[in-house]
Amino acid sequence: MTKPEQSITNEYKDRNCKNTRNLRSWTIAWVVSMAVAAFAPKYIWDFHTLLTIIAVVLSLAIGFGMLLANRVYLRGLDEMQQRIMFDAMGLSLGVGLVVGLSYELLEDIKLISFQPEIAHLVVIMCLTYLGGVIAGHRKYQ
Amino acid sequence: MKNRLKVLRAERDWTQAQLASALDVSRQTINAIEKGKFDPSLPLAFKTARLFNMTIEEIFQDDVSD
Repeated sequence: MTKPEQSITNEYKDRNCKNTRNLRSWTIAWVVSMAVAAFAPKYIWDFHTLLTIIAVVLSLAIGFGMLLANRVYLRGLDEMQQRIMFDAMGLSLGVGLVVGLSYELLEDIKLISFQPEIAHLVVIMCLTYLGGVIAGHRKYQ
Repeated sequence: MKNRLKVLRAERDWTQAQLASALDVSRQTINAIEKGKFDPSLPLAFKTARLFNMTIEEIFQDDVSD
């Protein structure tokens, strides 16, 4: 039986690196477009309606591009890596739902005095997702 | 599920990375399968069997005793 040629058939690693780079580029572009849509109307073009609409639509379009890049990235992973991501996403969604609703409730029942922000929930979901991915990798190590 | 992947790989003097490349998966996945921490899907088990010119049963065994 012939020996698998590592240099020739390292297709998985190359594909994964390419998909990761692609996703990273889309993510950076989306973050920049979000920053433009959030701050440029106030600091650059004084709430010019047309420019603001263009910035928001552009941000949405780039956001969808990022989602498609994420889809390609996830489909390019092997079955164990997909399982790790799937478990982490499930955990993140669950924690986001439970913590998000409870967090929103805190203001309604006057346990906190400030307005709950969606950004806080996003941070919690991101940290949970990150923790889930790390835990998944440790589990199969 | 138990498997003989590590033994079969060692017999052929392949590294985990080389086997991973041949099966189009990551080296971490091969490591997890060898350690019995991850059970491969049926398509991956068939692919592994084809690579070693063996049947799936010759590589993977159910560790539940009857």
